[in-house]
Amino acid sequence: MTGIRRKLLVVSAHADSRTPFLVQSNENIFVRMAEPVTGSEEIPAVTENDADATSEELENNQTNAMVEEGTNLLRKMEISVAEAEKRMGKNSVNIQETYTVYLIETRPIDAVAEGHNPAPDSVWRRYSEFELLRNYFLVTFPFVVVPPLPEKRAEFVWHKLSADNMDPDFVERRRVGLENFLLRVASHSVLSNDKIFYQFLTEENGWKEVVFDTGFQAKADSRLKALNATFRVKSPDKRFVELKHYSDELQSITSQLLRVRARVADRLYGVYKVHGNYGRVFSEWSAIEREMGDGLQSAGHHMDAYASSIDDILEEEEHYADQMKEYLFYAEALRAVCRKHELMQYELETAALDLASKKQQREELATGTVRTFSFKGMTNKLFGQETQEQREAKLQVLEEQIIEGEELVKEKTIECDEFVKNAWVDMVRFKEQKDRDLKEALISYAIMQISVCKKGIQMWANAKECFSKM
Amino acid sequence: MSGIIVDPTAESASTQEITTDVSERMLDLDEDDDLEVFSKDATLADGSLFNASMPTSPASMINQFEEDADEKDIFVTVDNPESHVTAIETFITYRVLTKTTRSEFDSCEYEVRRRYQDFHWLKGRLEEAHPTLIVHPLPEKFVMKGMVERFNEDFIETRRKALHRFLNRIADHPILSCSEDFKIFLTAEASELTTHKKQGPGFLSRMGDTVRAVAATVRGVKNRPEEFTAIQEYVDTFSQKINSLDKVALRILKEQKEYLEDLKECEPMYTLWSGSEDELAEPLRGMAGCIDRCCRETGEQVNQLSENLVPALHEYVLCAETLKAVLRRRDNIQADVEAKSETLANKMTERESLKEEIDKLEDKMEFANNALKGDWERWQKNMREDIKAAFMCTAEKNIDYYEKCLAVWESFLLSQRSDLTVESSGEQDPAPQEIAKDEAPQAT
Repeated sequence: MTGIRRKLLVVSAHADSRTPFLVQSNENIFVRMAEPVTGSEEIPAVTENDADATSEELENNQTNAMVEEGTNLLRKMEISVAEAEKRMGKNSVNIQETYTVYLIETRPIDAVAEGHNPAPDSVWRRYSEFELLRNYFLVTFPFVVVPPLPEKRAEFVWHKLSADNMDPDFVERRRVGLENFLLRVASHSVLSNDKIFYQFLTEENGWKEVVFDTGFQAKADSRLKALNATFRVKSPDKRFVELKHYSDELQSITSQLLRVRARVADRLYGVYKVHGNYGRVFSEWSAIEREMGDGLQSAGHHMDAYASSIDDILEEEEHYADQMKEYLFYAEALRAVCRKHELMQYELETAALDLASKKQQREELATGTVRTFSFKGMTNKLFGQETQEQREAKLQVLEEQIIEGEELVKEKTIECDEFVKNAWVDMVRFKEQKDRDLKEALISYAIMQISVCKKGIQMWANAKECFSKM
Repeated sequence: MSGIIVDPTAESASTQEITTDVSERMLDLDEDDDLEVFSKDATLADGSLFNASMPTSPASMINQFEEDADEKDIFVTVDNPESHVTAIETFITYRVLTKTTRSEFDSCEYEVRRRYQDFHWLKGRLEEAHPTLIVHPLPEKFVMKGMVERFNEDFIETRRKALHRFLNRIADHPILSCSEDFKIFLTAEASELTTHKKQGPGFLSRMGDTVRAVAATVRGVKNRPEEFTAIQEYVDTFSQKINSLDKVALRILKEQKEYLEDLKECEPMYTLWSGSEDELAEPLRGMAGCIDRCCRETGEQVNQLSENLVPALHEYVLCAETLKAVLRRRDNIQADVEAKSETLANKMTERESLKEEIDKLEDKMEFANNALKGDWERWQKNMREDIKAAFMCTAEKNIDYYEKCLAVWESFLLSQRSDLTVESSGEQDPAPQEIAKDEAPQAT
């Protein structure tokens, strides 16, 4: 597989392995890409092709309100998704199936720096467990733009790329995507400190039960239902409305781009590959030519080389597509946060409305005036008033409800404010990350094109040389 | 159904277009050979302007310069296509300009207008007079569906170039250029030419070829000399290969065009995206610009293929057919001799007259064989040069294409990188960036 450019990540953790990611969230998080162990990892923030680790580091320092100032790295941890393997097993409906598991390796960096070379801790996880982890994040940290997983099924494929989940290239790309996911999570100030995340990386057995025990699924179900419902918010937060709009645009444009890119890749593949026919025909033709024979033959070889060069070129380009895809899915995550905010806002407004109406009812009941039309009021008029006792009882109930209602509104308001505060922090973080990453993606695309052009120049110069000898 | 021919030399700014009426004419065997064009206005430009855009197919250029070394004394150009409308038909004529110092010519400069029909007549006459000389092919009479995809303007230009090459090959040929028919073709006024055409078997030459071809399949040759068998084998293989190459080139052209169409869709997307972003707006616009420029370069590449390589290869597809015909005609002559000789063996009477006949035929055959042998070397040399030139040109264009695209992306990279160095200045040693800049992603 061609070298996929990676960022360098390092995750910091508390020294105490028993309570790793609790409490004071995180120290400063350095970001470093882990390869399955090469020697040079002791230096944090060493970058390969990414000039931005230090700026990310700074950004983490500055923008994340929850981060402690200072860089008290007690333990650094390397994370990588080293391998993929096929397994057979019985699934939830007791049917034999083949699935792929991925090996997650973690290792404290300090140990390596000191010259020891401890074997990494490792757990095997399958894709569905990653999904479970992500869903847990979505519910538990609704204000976070949660990093996306690599796609479930291959989409936007151009014809040579397989859409089969079992295809080794797909598996490999997925492995890289999963590693990327983990590294993104591990560099997130909030997510990286979550205990469930830590256990995901370290406790192979029983992790699922632990996740379910958090009861997040119950919350998930109700939230999911609510999110899918259509509702209107009376006074939406303008910033979130704009962001939602932006996320729609981002989603739309990246998916269109991906589709066109796949078609262009297909075409380019065709152009290069047909040149291979030159090779074949030149070779056959050279057999009957005296003076031209050698020139034809060697030109033919260069045509063959040209034709086969497209395979590597498109493999590289796939990396660009993967970067686009990540942000296509990020757009979705962004949108989800906006929706959750809407939902909260809606619930707050509903609670407030409810409270207001109850208060009004109390007033009516207390003063005997009917301000607004109601059936109750009408029937009362028609069929006679209630007794004093009845009214007292009703008032009592209302009072209680109003108190509850006020509590609820207070609660919801706090919840909403907290959400907005936290979400906004993450939005800012996300935006900066996105701007950086996409700019880097464009740059690496340009680098790739430059390489393609250089190769092309060389090949055709060689061919021209051969033609000149014909 | 109206359209007007495009005159490349027209100084007036009127850009007139030709309708693609050709498709209707495709299989119309009864129609005139010329490309039928329905024109609104009859443009009978005086054509006195010398066409500044000389046909510059590398092959003809190379040949021309080479012949100069041999003291070429006759120069022919074909240019200035024009459409003519008469009561009966509409057709295209081309200006044929001749400059020569040869003594057989009364003047040293001639200018006439000829239509495809006339070229076709000339070819027939030459082939009849010199059955075993290799006459360069004419562009095809009828339009192949796949080839006329753009305006007829391109088709006419392609045809014009091919006609130019045709005449030049004849002019360069030591024997053919001395042909009386050739001289008349170059110099006669239209009416003179018509009169001359009516004489002689020219009218039937088309028929003659067919008849003889049929006859050839009936009568085989018994003792074909080894060298001609070798040539036959060569021609058979060559024909296959050149046909394949023709197809390959056409296919590449097609794929390239489709690639260009899809690539064009990327640019507006990046532009659209840049509208939603702030930090990223500039790089995205830059990206859109790069893609736009690359599209233009790809367009140039496509043009090169369709104007240069494809016609060059296609000409040699036609050459292969010519070669086959020449070999067939040579075989026929030999077959004649063999047949008559056989008759001689069997007949008792009339031996004298038969013998005379056979002697004449044998002379004819010897002459034909030598002519072919001589021309064969010539043809091979021309073929090598033409093919080499066509592919060199293609290679050069491709190099140019990649160089231009390289420049586009390098300047984009530079513009983005300079932003980066400004941003992160003071934070990090720029060295890693330098390394990254030069290092292209390596394939493993």
